[in-house]
Amino acid sequence: MVQFTLPKNSKVRTGKTWPRPEGKTIRKFQIYRWNPDDGENPRVDTYFVDMDTCGPMVLDALVKIKNEIDPTLTFRRSCREGICGSCAMNIGGINTLACIYGLDEVRGDVKIYPLPHMPVIKDLIPDLTHFYAQHASIMPWLETKTNAPAKEWRQSIEDREKLDGVYECVMCACCSTSCPSYWWNSDKYLGPAALLHAYRWMVDSRDEATGERLDALEDPFKLYRCHTIMNCTKTCPKGLNPAKAIAEIKHMMVDRVV
Amino acid sequence: MQYITDRKRAVGAGAAHTGTAHHWFMTVSSVALAVMLPVWLYLFGAAIGGTRDQVVAAFANPFTAILTALVLVVSMRHFAKGSAVMVEDYAHGTARKAGLIFVSSLAAVIATTGLYALIRIAL
Repeated sequence: MVQFTLPKNSKVRTGKTWPRPEGKTIRKFQIYRWNPDDGENPRVDTYFVDMDTCGPMVLDALVKIKNEIDPTLTFRRSCREGICGSCAMNIGGINTLACIYGLDEVRGDVKIYPLPHMPVIKDLIPDLTHFYAQHASIMPWLETKTNAPAKEWRQSIEDREKLDGVYECVMCACCSTSCPSYWWNSDKYLGPAALLHAYRWMVDSRDEATGERLDALEDPFKLYRCHTIMNCTKTCPKGLNPAKAIAEIKHMMVDRVV
Repeated sequence: MQYITDRKRAVGAGAAHTGTAHHWFMTVSSVALAVMLPVWLYLFGAAIGGTRDQVVAAFANPFTAILTALVLVVSMRHFAKGSAVMVEDYAHGTARKAGLIFVSSLAAVIATTGLYALIRIAL
């Protein structure tokens, strides 16, 4: 059954307020904290950062907090340029990548939480195990029956262009964790990210498993739990359109039978 | 605790190989209702406020009677399938099964009651 309130041991409490430094351009950060080892409820700690000595992105502020204020703050990060998808989190109510989200885009205090409706490993780190397993289940690779050509699988420029807007997904999980359908039924619904990847291989002119891929998605939950809410498209930090990809898969399903 | 792999949990029982028929039915019935409902609402609205004989005469008209029957059947089928999706979204386990039985039964009762009343009036 859908849960409208958090369990007792997950209710978020007010946490520690760290000392405010001297300076004219001080910005307040409220950051979700949870440590599985201390047995405490999650809390929101308050930090103050001098923006004169901080980079322009949210990730810059997080790194500064970790380096200079609180080394226990835990978050994922790697490429700092929107390619690896590691630093996905909820910033000011929006799922996005901290490394490419400017602090000037956030109004007022900067509130940072982990991606919504996912199990939390620690602080801002969600457990993406199930998300990755769902991605693996859609066979995210080129599937062929024909013997491999001597040199390479050829593809026309026009066919290659069909992959634009779908191959760029970095699997950050911002879209899937913004989707209410995924919140309530992530055990069965694949979510926008996995379905975008499924579509990426369906429209690949070199792939020979379109039928099998459609068969694997023909399900009231795996595919048809998408109700075109469009949160996925609105939140995608790479500017992709998973909702359109899902609609295209539905078109392909209908075209098979009508 | 279950010792199953992440992949097995993600794949579950596999695809049910159904869903497209439901999706296509909802698309077709939406288009049908988009055409039928405005006409039916106009006829229904025109009958409101009349005497009993005038209302009975309005619904005894073959066009109005057939359109009303179509609206009842199509809209209740659309309602049953649409609300079933909502139940599947928000309820799990036994509550889901009970909810599906309830909305399906409710739609059937409304449709048959409406058809019975229509037949009494029109015939």
